[in-house]
Amino acid sequence: MSQDIYVFIEHVCGKTLDISYMMLAQAQQLAAASGGEVVAILLGHNVAGLASDLGADTVWYVDHPELEDFIWANSLAVLEALLARQSPRLVLFGDTTIGSGLASGLSARLGLPLVGYCRQVFPNGGHFHYISQICGGKMLVEGALPDSTALIAMIPGAFRIEQGKSDEKHSATPVPLDGLDEILARNAQKYIFKGYTEPAAGDVDITREKILVSVGRGIQSEDNLSLAQDLADALEGAVSGSRPIIDQSWLPTSRLVGKSGKTVKPKVYLALGISGAPEHTEAITGADAIIAVNTDPSAPIFNLAKYGVQLDLLDLLPVLTDRVRAEK
Amino acid sequence: MKILVPIQLVPDLVEELVIAQDGKRLDLDATRWIISEFDDHAIEQAILLKEKIGGEVTVIAPDFEGTEDVLYQALAKGADQVVKLSGDFQSELNTHALARLVVHYLQTKSERPDLILTGVQANSSLDGSLGPLLAAYLDLPFVDCVAQTEIEDQKITVRKEYPGGLTADWSVALPVVLGIQAANTPPRYVPISKMRLAMKTGSIATEEVGELDLSGAVDSTRMYTPEADQRAQMIDGDVDQVAEKLVALFKELGVL
Ligand SMILES: Cc1cc2nc3c(=O)[nH]c(=O)nc-3n(C[C@H](O)[C@H](O)[C@H](O)COP(=O)(O)OP(=O)(O)OC[C@H]3O[C@@H](n4cnc5c(N)ncnc54)[C@H](O)[C@@H]3O)c2cc1C
Repeated sequence: MSQDIYVFIEHVCGKTLDISYMMLAQAQQLAAASGGEVVAILLGHNVAGLASDLGADTVWYVDHPELEDFIWANSLAVLEALLARQSPRLVLFGDTTIGSGLASGLSARLGLPLVGYCRQVFPNGGHFHYISQICGGKMLVEGALPDSTALIAMIPGAFRIEQGKSDEKHSATPVPLDGLDEILARNAQKYIFKGYTEPAAGDVDITREKILVSVGRGIQSEDNLSLAQDLADALEGAVSGSRPIIDQSWLPTSRLVGKSGKTVKPKVYLALGISGAPEHTEAITGADAIIAVNTDPSAPIFNLAKYGVQLDLLDLLPVLTDRVRAEK
Repeated sequence: MKILVPIQLVPDLVEELVIAQDGKRLDLDATRWIISEFDDHAIEQAILLKEKIGGEVTVIAPDFEGTEDVLYQALAKGADQVVKLSGDFQSELNTHALARLVVHYLQTKSERPDLILTGVQANSSLDGSLGPLLAAYLDLPFVDCVAQTEIEDQKITVRKEYPGGLTADWSVALPVVLGIQAANTPPRYVPISKMRLAMKTGSIATEEVGELDLSGAVDSTRMYTPEADQRAQMIDGDVDQVAEKLVALFKELGVL
């Protein structure tokens, strides 16, 4: 086994996703401790240019037309073939719409152990330990990784994007794989790509608002949304929401904050009845001030918010809106 | 069309979470177990597809405190068969072991499902997600984070989500495993009368499982609640007092 740390690079529509840089930052730290190298693994078609700013010692590149758009079975097949020849210390994936399923699939295929929801891996007396965040951010779990090859699915939080970028202008090292055409052709019959849809622009661009009045499941019913809208109007801000609110169609997708929605950086982010699941909070860390209103004192949002209020938001909102109006 | 929905129970995060004596895991008895939110969407999507083109929906779940309720709910919603995997899960069941149980269950049946719908993730799984594990063990195609599913002429078209609101549409051949993020419409509400009827007339099949193979996961040494470096500064008082303090805070922050 080598001491190298592999990082699976995620990209969509020709753009590297932020999680990839965060993982590279993590990998650099671990490689420094293990004495190995950071190897970025880039799969795709005509995307060799993406290698240039990756903070890795080596970028392995597999180019194939069938790898142009992400297909789980194709990426899995390539990774299986790659790992059949190498045994790195760790392979890092994003715990994301792309990496999460790949890490699980690879674990099943190769019988390698997997740790998901991982916030951080750190060296500890010659071994590596992991810290994962489960139960919607309410619990942390820690343990020792085996000294053999392990797979990690990482969530954002512990590392910054800039730490994983490099201005050394790397070039990609093509990796030839025997029998690849055959494997990929087999899957081509099974998945037919129909096209991408960009998110609808929507009436409001929540990434540009100074104040976001953001509502979660604690708002309880569609009727109550007007309470949030009233406050947003009074503060000259906009209403955004967590995933359950968008899934119920109480707000349009353009207002979704989080992993599958927008990343926002307002001056003030009012989190009303939002528990603070990692898929939500990863997109609000850039806010100047988060003010959380939640009836549950143990809600994880209070670990991130600058200010907290433990009250029923339905009681607070009308009174607060009146007070704000009175100031004008 | 045969649809299988293997589901998981997860801790109810609204309740207080209690750490077990050994300090490594949740206290299973003190935890209230509910269906994983995304599995609820997977069941809903299965029922929606059945309503559209007919077929048979089977929901299968490991036997936890609360499993029977969840399975009767599934019957009340329109599932045709519900199956409880019964075994000693007290020592902790992980996702790899559950995937192997489901594979084993399928091996004992003469007919394979055309479609396997799983929730995209479960909030307490440390060792990955059920959908891709199943797809890899069964050598089936898989699409994750599916937020829309349509069916026509034995072809499934799914909408997969990417970060930032981008989506991609794929047509996939059956049989396939999908990781459901959201059903086409939110999970339906089950009136008590329907639930009572399901409990009276429906039945839960039980499958005994043998020894669990927990490999694929990594042991934990410690579980604890996050110590925030900087916990929120709490603004105390009744509604009026808090509103007044918030107005002052808005001014201080320069937004009012
Ligand atoms: C792949 C993937 C992508 C995801 N992407 C996103 C995403 O982009 N954005 C996102 O938000 N989520 C996303 N999620 C979902 C995420 O995991 C959580 O399920 C979701 O964020 C929870 O939303 P919530 O906080 O509104 O609801 P809950 O977690 O149910 O929290 C509701 C909160 O309201 C509080 N509350 C209840 N009543 C009141 C009241 N009267 N007054 C005050 N407080 C009250 C409760 O104490 C609780 O803390 C994603 C999940 C997956 C698996």
